[in-house]
Amino acid sequence: MLKILKYSFYDLSRSRWSYVYFFFYLLLGVVLLFLNNDLSNAVITLMNVIIILVPLIGTIFGVMYFYNSREFTELLLAQPVRRSSIFLGQYLGVAISLSASLILGLGLPFIIYGLFQSGAIWDFASLLVSGVFLTFIFTAIAFNIALSNENKIKGFGLAILVWLFLAVVYDGLFLLSLVYFQDYPLDKFSLVASMLNPIDLSRILILLKLDISALLGYTGAVFKQFFGTNLGAFTSVLVLILWVIFPVWRIKSIAAKKDF
Amino acid sequence: MGRLVIFLLFLVLATTSFQAQEIEVCKSCEVKTIQAAVDMAQNGDVIRIKSGTYKEHNINIIDKSLSIIGEGFPVIDAEMEGTAISIRADNFSLEGLKIINVGRSHTNDFAGILVSNSKKFEVKNNRLDQVFFGILIERSSGGLISGNKITSNAKDQATSGNGVHIWKSEEITVKSNEVIGLRDGIYLEFVNNSEIIDNFCKDNLRYGLHFMFSDHDLYKGNIFENNGAGVAVMYSKFIDMQGNQFRKNWGSASYGLLLKEITDSELKNNIFEDNTIAISADNTNRINYIENDFKNNGYAIRIRGAVYDNIFERNNFLYNSFDVAYTGRLNDNKFNNNYWSGYSGYDLDKDGIGDVPFRPVTLFSYLVNKTPEAIVLLRSIFIDLLDFSEKVSPIFTPADLMDEQPQMKRIQW
Repeated sequence: MLKILKYSFYDLSRSRWSYVYFFFYLLLGVVLLFLNNDLSNAVITLMNVIIILVPLIGTIFGVMYFYNSREFTELLLAQPVRRSSIFLGQYLGVAISLSASLILGLGLPFIIYGLFQSGAIWDFASLLVSGVFLTFIFTAIAFNIALSNENKIKGFGLAILVWLFLAVVYDGLFLLSLVYFQDYPLDKFSLVASMLNPIDLSRILILLKLDISALLGYTGAVFKQFFGTNLGAFTSVLVLILWVIFPVWRIKSIAAKKDF
Repeated sequence: MGRLVIFLLFLVLATTSFQAQEIEVCKSCEVKTIQAAVDMAQNGDVIRIKSGTYKEHNINIIDKSLSIIGEGFPVIDAEMEGTAISIRADNFSLEGLKIINVGRSHTNDFAGILVSNSKKFEVKNNRLDQVFFGILIERSSGGLISGNKITSNAKDQATSGNGVHIWKSEEITVKSNEVIGLRDGIYLEFVNNSEIIDNFCKDNLRYGLHFMFSDHDLYKGNIFENNGAGVAVMYSKFIDMQGNQFRKNWGSASYGLLLKEITDSELKNNIFEDNTIAISADNTNRINYIENDFKNNGYAIRIRGAVYDNIFERNNFLYNSFDVAYTGRLNDNKFNNNYWSGYSGYDLDKDGIGDVPFRPVTLFSYLVNKTPEAIVLLRSIFIDLLDFSEKVSPIFTPADLMDEQPQMKRIQW
């Protein structure tokens, strides 16, 4: 598996898209800091970008990579290599190279701007951690979709749909149910509902770290009380890990059965 | 020799009791304690307290018009027992003292300086540290409290007192004081025709300045920073608020200015910066908000209900997360000629007024007011989409709540 991981990783690190992705983040970080000159404000703006773009890029890139390397995959399948290691190797290769572009692309400008001397370092770290989690989650989902759909157009369409659902539609349904059931106590419900969606969960985890969390008022206090405890921190990390593990497990089980 | 002369002079003066005399208090003087000096003194006398530490409490001044002057900030240490100085007299002044360690109590309002039933007094340039209540004024009139510096380390509201606490008084001027780390910085209850000018209130647990049932008052040029809430004006009318700064009152239950049941007042040239909620208005009638700056607040204005005839004119709303949060109907409230940093309209005829009206209430702030839990969706993409579509064609937000003449440039006042 490690060999395939290494191969995928090198393959990707030579690909144009990884560099585009890396330079995009580099540019974003530099421009933001240049315009803002304030680390903690830049973190807020970055959060908006991360919770939209990282899942989108993870999904598209994952699907694209899988379809493109299909012939190579078929070649590998003819060799005496375990199926699970082929697919997991490819998946990890994509996810790791995307995460590396994200961390390096954003990290470099921030470090040059004196991140280590600033108090924003933990906010920034939580930003990167959620970014990495989102990459792993959405790449895994993308692989799932690509494995289940031979038809490329259908696969791409479905991938975009899943992203759209989790990034936008979910919040719409969430809001609707909040407004519809406003006569009931909703703190617990909103806590659970925002934990179930990895995008919402990352958004809340980052928001709570920032000054802006005071805006959340009473509901924010409930959230802070929960996420501030060990149990809350543990649960939220657990939810993120489950979001990674479940699709990865599904990749394995589909790959083991699938006819090529 | 000099001292002898003064002493002789003192003897001479003592015999002619009609003229004002001066009593000196110091460790090596004839008079060693302040209470003794007070007991000796007659109407119109001056007591000079030389520097040093005086471990005294419950110094009582009753019906004597004295002026007490501290030289080099003599320390009056109340040793955590009761009030330091209490006064019931007319025409007195108290100046240049340093009062520390006032006792704390759940049943008595112990203060550094307690003034009751007095007229025409001055409390100037004193320093109070580690006090329960700082300066406590009751049933008095015509007083000036200026240049005092009051500090303490209030931890919770139940066991701490207010910096300057005025109750049932008239025509009091509170000027250029500094109040740091108490419960309320300045507290007024049943205080009319008074002025609060150029004070600095910081790090107080509850409010920087607190009005209860006080009418016809002016507060001007004060700075309120990092208090639980900057200023609370409750159950009062005819309050004039000018040129104050409300800064960094930040926290999940913090306000810059809290208005509750107040009528016929005016806010002018105030600056609100970095507050969670700059102004929260509840049950306020006939208030004019003119030429104020709202900058980087969570909410600039939050209108809770039963608000009539409030006029917002020529204010600058700069980069607030929410400019206006609103419940209920428009109720004759007006927003006119303000500058909004979120305004994206155009000005074809170049008259400095935008051609399209601006709607300050976003759909999200409307929803959050109705369902507070919806705030967890703050900064989600869906919300941005929603706000955008509502801006294009308003359906939910009050359609008539808008600024018909939004300014294109920041208003200079």
